[in-house]
Amino acid sequence: MSVSDPPNQGLRAWLLTDAPSSRRHARLAAWYQGWLSFRANPMTMIGFAILLFLVFIAAFAPWLAPHDPFAQDLAARLQPPGSENYILGSDGLGRDILSRLMYGSRITLYIVTLVVIIAPVAGLLVGTVAGYAGGWADVVLMRITDIFLAFPRLVLALAFVAALGAGIENAVLAISLTAWPPYARIARAETLTFRNSDFIHAVRLQGAGALRIITRHIWPLCVSSLVVRVTLDMAGIILAAAGLGFLGLGAQPPTPEWGAMISEGRRFILDHWWVATMPGLAIFTVSLAFNLLGDGLRDVLDPKEGSN
Amino acid sequence: MLGLLFVTFFIGRVMPVDPVLSIVGERATKEIYEAAYLELGLDKPLFVQFFYYLRDVVQGDFGTSLRTGFPVSGDIIRVFPATMELATLGTLIGVFIGVPLGVVAAVRRGTWIDQFARVAALIGYSMPIFWLGLIGLLVLYGILGWVGGPGRLDIYYEDIVPTVTGMILVDSALDGNWEIFRNALSHIILPASLLGYYSLAYISRMTRSFMLEQLSAEYVITARVKGLSEREVIWKHVFSNIKVQLITVIALSYAGLLEGSVLTEIIFAWPGIGSYITTSLLSADMNAVMGGTVVVGLVFVCLNIFSDLLYKFFDPRAK
Repeated sequence: MSVSDPPNQGLRAWLLTDAPSSRRHARLAAWYQGWLSFRANPMTMIGFAILLFLVFIAAFAPWLAPHDPFAQDLAARLQPPGSENYILGSDGLGRDILSRLMYGSRITLYIVTLVVIIAPVAGLLVGTVAGYAGGWADVVLMRITDIFLAFPRLVLALAFVAALGAGIENAVLAISLTAWPPYARIARAETLTFRNSDFIHAVRLQGAGALRIITRHIWPLCVSSLVVRVTLDMAGIILAAAGLGFLGLGAQPPTPEWGAMISEGRRFILDHWWVATMPGLAIFTVSLAFNLLGDGLRDVLDPKEGSN
Repeated sequence: MLGLLFVTFFIGRVMPVDPVLSIVGERATKEIYEAAYLELGLDKPLFVQFFYYLRDVVQGDFGTSLRTGFPVSGDIIRVFPATMELATLGTLIGVFIGVPLGVVAAVRRGTWIDQFARVAALIGYSMPIFWLGLIGLLVLYGILGWVGGPGRLDIYYEDIVPTVTGMILVDSALDGNWEIFRNALSHIILPASLLGYYSLAYISRMTRSFMLEQLSAEYVITARVKGLSEREVIWKHVFSNIKVQLITVIALSYAGLLEGSVLTEIIFAWPGIGSYITTSLLSADMNAVMGGTVVVGLVFVCLNIFSDLLYKFFDPRAK
């Protein structure tokens, strides 16, 4: 973004104008200004960069990984980090930890993506319907939400996984089942503030039905607060998935899931620290990145709750 | 609460585990199987079964644990103090470090100490606690030997102190047995600090944002204009106002820890409610799981009510 670049300068001015010429223009300008304040925070950018890097690694894992993540080499088991061929060392079966971490990033992203699609949408549905319908529907839906909230999250997830059987998909379901209630609450609170506002009345007078009002007019208004909450929750989702994997209820061996890798490394922890340490560092880095990003997003999307 | 019971009951019944089979064993004859089936009341409709379960629970009877062979209520009474000891110590650490840190971060907003608090909290949020526990054990116990290892006591100290509260720190202090007290302390300090760090992250962030909200209020300016010292303004005026909100936050985080920090308890072989529920779950011991979950839910609800009461006590407006 050099200042001397004229076309760029023109685009910048166009994006930062006070008087947008069209709806699309206004929307793009808003996005750009959000991006500017987003970019101004170095911590957020660090988080963003880490996540881009993660996506890059996950996408190109087969080309980047120096070894096959499943290839065992018992002659070269428990090699320390920095040894020849094994930059981050090898695990108890002689598999390259770096390659396993790279493939593991795919699983982490897969779990996070699925949960992030399922849980907020379920919460949005329940919350907006409860908030808009009011009356007994509100009471029933919110009681159900409260019940789910009163459960210890990991125990509930454990119970679901135990009932459904271990595996990545079931772990995703279990985490989603424990993750939706807060979204429902947020969506309901937002809906309650809008439902009696003038523009909703206006739409209703124009003959719009409840379905149209909820999907076209209430959902878009709930999205920004949900997005912030989701980004802040992603770290929790990663930790929960890793926890399930650690307990042997998430991804099954030999899948290189990070939590399961820690659990495998736990046996060697006293003599071969790196086997459990490396995947832990990976989990930590990624969830830290999501937290940094979420903090920044909150400042951009939700100025009233921002920390500055 | 009723809903909670129902959901636990429902999960317990949906589990693809045959409760009869786990009692009578694989090789039982058909007659024995039928008898056990009838005895458990499984021939009745689900609704009636739920009613029976409800009746038992109200009388404090959660059934018998298939894994340990003892009544579940007795098991819970045995394991709960361990969790409570850990959670209480963790919350104390969180409160005594987190609250001052949050206050200072808000007052000296934007300085290095604010940044430090922010980074410390972010790291706390992002850390996989079971991994940190493993590393802590490796470094502090395995290499340096500064703290005790997994479990609540060294093996040769076990079962010496008479059980009064079930919390070993309290029991040994009551007994005046300081050697055991020290040993128990060396075992609890690492897991409690981990949990403490986790709740510290949450408490300090919330304290900071509450403080910031209050600091911009007009009565703060009034107090300063009156010539009160900064210390008085902050601790007497502002802090009194955030106390009420803080109670809710602390109660929530305490409840979170009491619910059994499953992973921490497993890493440290801590015989608390979290590891009790988990091991029961893994061995398909549904009575124990349901009982444990109900108790945990109960604790959660009680703490909420308790914090509401405290709220009313500290905030005259809430009356």
